[in-house]
Amino acid sequence: MLQIRVMDELLRLLKENALESPRNLAKMLNQSEDAVKARIADYERTGVIRGYQAVVNEDKLDIDRVSAVIEVKITPEREGGYDELANRIGRFPEVDSIYLMSGGFDLLIFVKGRNLKEVAFFVSDKLATIEGVVSTVTHFMLKTYKDSGVLMEAEKERERLGVTP
Amino acid sequence: MKSPIARHLIGVPRSGIRDFFEIVSARKGVISLGIGEPDFVTPWHISEAALFALERGATAYTSNLGILELREEVARYMERFYKVSYDPKTEILITVGVSEALDLAIRALIQPGDEVLYHEPCYVSYAPVVTFAHGKAVAVSTRREDDFRLTRAALEAKVSPRTKVLLLNFPTNPTGAVLPRKDCEEIAAFAIEHDLVVLTDEIYAELTYAGGHVSIASLPGMKERTIFLNGFSKTWAMTGWRIGFACAPPELTEAMMKIHQYTIMCAPTLGQKAAIEALRHGEADAEHMRKDYEKRRNYICASLEEMGIPCHLPKGAFYAFPYIGHFGLSSKDFALNLLDQENVACVPGTAFGSSGEGFIRCAYAANMPNIKEAMSRMARFVGKLRK
Ligand SMILES: Cc1ncc(COP(=O)(O)O)c(C=O)c1O
Repeated sequence: MLQIRVMDELLRLLKENALESPRNLAKMLNQSEDAVKARIADYERTGVIRGYQAVVNEDKLDIDRVSAVIEVKITPEREGGYDELANRIGRFPEVDSIYLMSGGFDLLIFVKGRNLKEVAFFVSDKLATIEGVVSTVTHFMLKTYKDSGVLMEAEKERERLGVTP
Repeated sequence: MKSPIARHLIGVPRSGIRDFFEIVSARKGVISLGIGEPDFVTPWHISEAALFALERGATAYTSNLGILELREEVARYMERFYKVSYDPKTEILITVGVSEALDLAIRALIQPGDEVLYHEPCYVSYAPVVTFAHGKAVAVSTRREDDFRLTRAALEAKVSPRTKVLLLNFPTNPTGAVLPRKDCEEIAAFAIEHDLVVLTDEIYAELTYAGGHVSIASLPGMKERTIFLNGFSKTWAMTGWRIGFACAPPELTEAMMKIHQYTIMCAPTLGQKAAIEALRHGEADAEHMRKDYEKRRNYICASLEEMGIPCHLPKGAFYAFPYIGHFGLSSKDFALNLLDQENVACVPGTAFGSSGEGFIRCAYAANMPNIKEAMSRMARFVGKLRK
């Protein structure tokens, strides 16, 4: 049990900073470096860790990029239910993430494109035409304030005295 | 003109922290491990509760004892975490931080010449507050060899017929020492035998890494002779809100309240509103911060170990108190040279009493990147000292 609790802390640390060295992770968790490395390898092998990415504030970059969220209603297939269709949609490189939702629609899809036209083309020509897709509602995103737990606006250094009792 | 300053005050030195602070403030780019307060901001739901209260006009005085709702929450918290029952109507007083509560307790108890036993190295305010009340502060040294635990034998050596109060602070600032149940029981027996009032500052109780904090107030026969102090500064990163509390039997609470009523009136209203939210919905915050501190502690201790600086693993609070006496420098010179050469601020152990000589205090209430940088600079500094 303890092993699992400690290792959840390892995941938490990696989620905060995937670039942290195994040596530093080991020091923070009071474990050996080898144990930490082995556990990370284990997480990668079993698919607990699916990848490592930087959190980029794209609003800061001078690139043409639009993001949209699409609510999709689908009719689940007889075999495979929602999963088959969701995986099929997920193979499009335009698609960032897909979630199955409770409520008024079924899939929530995050997509990215170079411009409005490109996203519109994806929705009308690719997504809407897939058999089983009943309807789509597309919302374009205007500005990112927080992504993956990170505020995009760097916070000002807070005021704290240099030495206190 | 002869100095108009009261004589008993002249003898009290300025806090060593204050001197050091001035040296540090004059420099740029300092990485400070000298800060005795959380680097977290107050959890947002707590600040937001205060904003909400402000919008609804919570800008007036409160009852002298503090908002009843808050005292009721404190009573529940005391029951839940410390296993002691206090009546929110007569046994709980909300104060301006533990700082005020400490002063009230000492002033309520001490007559000129009464002695207060306290363990050292310790928080900077204890001895001065006793002196301000015309009492005599009697230090009991704790030692690295014992993990800075307080023993009955050490207390017996310093107790006298004038001893009236025993002041405890576990987990301890600056050593991170804790008071395991067995020690706690021995000290309780000592207090009963010598008929002492125990004043226990448990402001770091929630920062006990292996869990199992025992409050001396919860031991049989102790509640009636104990004044329990705690606050929101450390557990909920609320140092600037200035809210603390004292729990004690009605007679003692009433006595402290009298001083509080005439000198302070009441603790800040918005702070009290924030404190209610902290106690109602803040359990997860404390847990989250404790986990972060624990990793930082592990990192600092492992790094010091690598540098060949012995450091017992602190079991509570957020301070490491490594021994640096073997470098042939006094605590103060070690800290000054470290600051001068590497721009890293640690507080000389002597700021916490003369038994802190040979040590420095490294607070790990700093963010991880700063701790890492500070440790690598310190390793370089120590490497040069060895040459
Ligand atoms: C042991 C101890 N007691 C009391 C205090 C003061 O706390 P407060 O902010 O509640 O006045 C501190 C602050 O550093 C402390 O370390």
